[in-house]
Amino acid sequence: MKKILPHIVLILIGIMFIFPFLWLLSTSFKSGTDASALSLNLIPKKINWENYKEIFVKVPFLRYCINTLFLAIIGIVGQMLTSSMVAYSLSGINWWGKKVLFPIILSTILLPYQVTMIPVYLIYNKLHLVGTYWPLIIPYFLASAINIFLMRQFFITLPTSLMEAASIDGASHFTIYTKIILPLSKPVLAAVSVFTFLNVWSDFLGPLIYINNQSMFTVSLGLKSFIGEHSVEWNLIMAASAVTTIPIIIIFFFAQKQFIEGITLTGIKG
Amino acid sequence: MKKKHKDTIAGLLFASPWIIGFLIFTLYPIIISLYYGFTDFSIFKPPIFVGLDNYKALFKDELFIKSLNNTLYMTAFATPINLLFGLGTAMLLNMKIKGMSFYRTIFYIPSIVPQVAATILWVWILNARYGLLNNILKIFGIYQPNWFQDPNYTKPALIIMGMWATGTIMIIFLAALQDIPRSFYESADIDGANNWNKFIKITLPTLSPVILYQLIVSIIFNFQIFTQAWVIGEAGGGGNAGLFGGPENSILFYATYIFYNAFSYFKMGKASAMAWILFIITAFITWLVFKTSNKWVTYGGE
Repeated sequence: MKKILPHIVLILIGIMFIFPFLWLLSTSFKSGTDASALSLNLIPKKINWENYKEIFVKVPFLRYCINTLFLAIIGIVGQMLTSSMVAYSLSGINWWGKKVLFPIILSTILLPYQVTMIPVYLIYNKLHLVGTYWPLIIPYFLASAINIFLMRQFFITLPTSLMEAASIDGASHFTIYTKIILPLSKPVLAAVSVFTFLNVWSDFLGPLIYINNQSMFTVSLGLKSFIGEHSVEWNLIMAASAVTTIPIIIIFFFAQKQFIEGITLTGIKG
Repeated sequence: MKKKHKDTIAGLLFASPWIIGFLIFTLYPIIISLYYGFTDFSIFKPPIFVGLDNYKALFKDELFIKSLNNTLYMTAFATPINLLFGLGTAMLLNMKIKGMSFYRTIFYIPSIVPQVAATILWVWILNARYGLLNNILKIFGIYQPNWFQDPNYTKPALIIMGMWATGTIMIIFLAALQDIPRSFYESADIDGANNWNKFIKITLPTLSPVILYQLIVSIIFNFQIFTQAWVIGEAGGGGNAGLFGGPENSILFYATYIFYNAFSYFKMGKASAMAWILFIITAFITWLVFKTSNKWVTYGGE
């Protein structure tokens, strides 16, 4: 009995967690009338693949996916490059900034987005960049506190003997960073990529502020505008939500280790 | 050139992406928005200094007070509920049982569902008539709330939605639990301690630094609730729900109201004043939590 009880509790909680998700998939395959029927049938009467076809026809959902993927790839490149540079500065180089900058960087993690939102918008407005992707790209090339922290924690675990040896041989910091640190950092670079992808893919507020042209919408923004236009067609809305969610789930299954380790190390999601 | 100078230059160069970003997109905005808060300012006309007018107007503005109250409600209820739920599930997963990684995956997955999609899903599940939850409640003969039309139930609905996505907190607690040396418990066993005593005397104190950090992150996170409320305004309420604040503005949150003032009404001065109040509130709460933490957080070595 003592062994079974935990499993029963875990299974019940597990159902609570997974059932809403199955309900999403189930509704996404139902017909319009089946979806709004008063029933708890998880299995649709008939599998309607047409729902998925319809959302791609009715709204440029494919376009939204490509837009978001484009932003995510640029964001990943930006973060891998700049956050790792700053992390190296805080771990591999002996200078006064190491001690001064690190606490400031950590404290910015707790700064609410809304505190800086308006002046940042006004800066981009002055530069005539509102309505372009630049405000969604530039921040990713200015390093992010959480990724700096994640990478710094990884860098300080690397064997210092390698770097010391290179340094004695007269290697510059640039050489040590590109030839020694980065090649050893694949696990943490993978974690940063995964979190950056998740961030860009899920971001709503950023695109809401800066993107007004529908052809430039990201998935989250597209999904929101979709529910505005089709407010009662729950089967279609669920199909669109599934399309938004499934790429994330797939990535999670490929990169589960990076996810868990990254979260554990930083104590925060992305 | 001396090595020390060389290192300083290299350090600065390598740190420059963050330094530039910090100066332009963090420090400057914080300072300039203090000034904007004292001005009458829209993007169409330059700022005019008006002293404390924005602040005075805000504290007479019913919607501002409402948004602040709603936000404090979520902070006060969602934060402890999420932390307790996260800790509870983590402790369940920390038992030596088969299939732990499977359960962990199941519990965690909802946390990575994009917020817009998760919100839409829950608006559907909590649909008063066709929704999954009310249909289940009906079977058991329990009262079925009109979740997104009844102002008494909108915030509890958001709390339920939030509990679904506590996987991140769970993972962090789970890792911390696994770090507690087994010898701690073994010596307690020798002393004949029961499970509750072990939890109070060993688990909680050892976890306290993690709880502290999660508490602060959660509070600040709850102060920024935006997406859920914004999407519900569109998907849940329909036409009778008022604008984006839900029925009777019961889910008008601080972040939503800033957004409104800034980008719908272009009242940049008022919105900046709100941003500064948010800055002060969150800084104060963080300070307060840290301050009280020396009473309950123990940083033990081994």
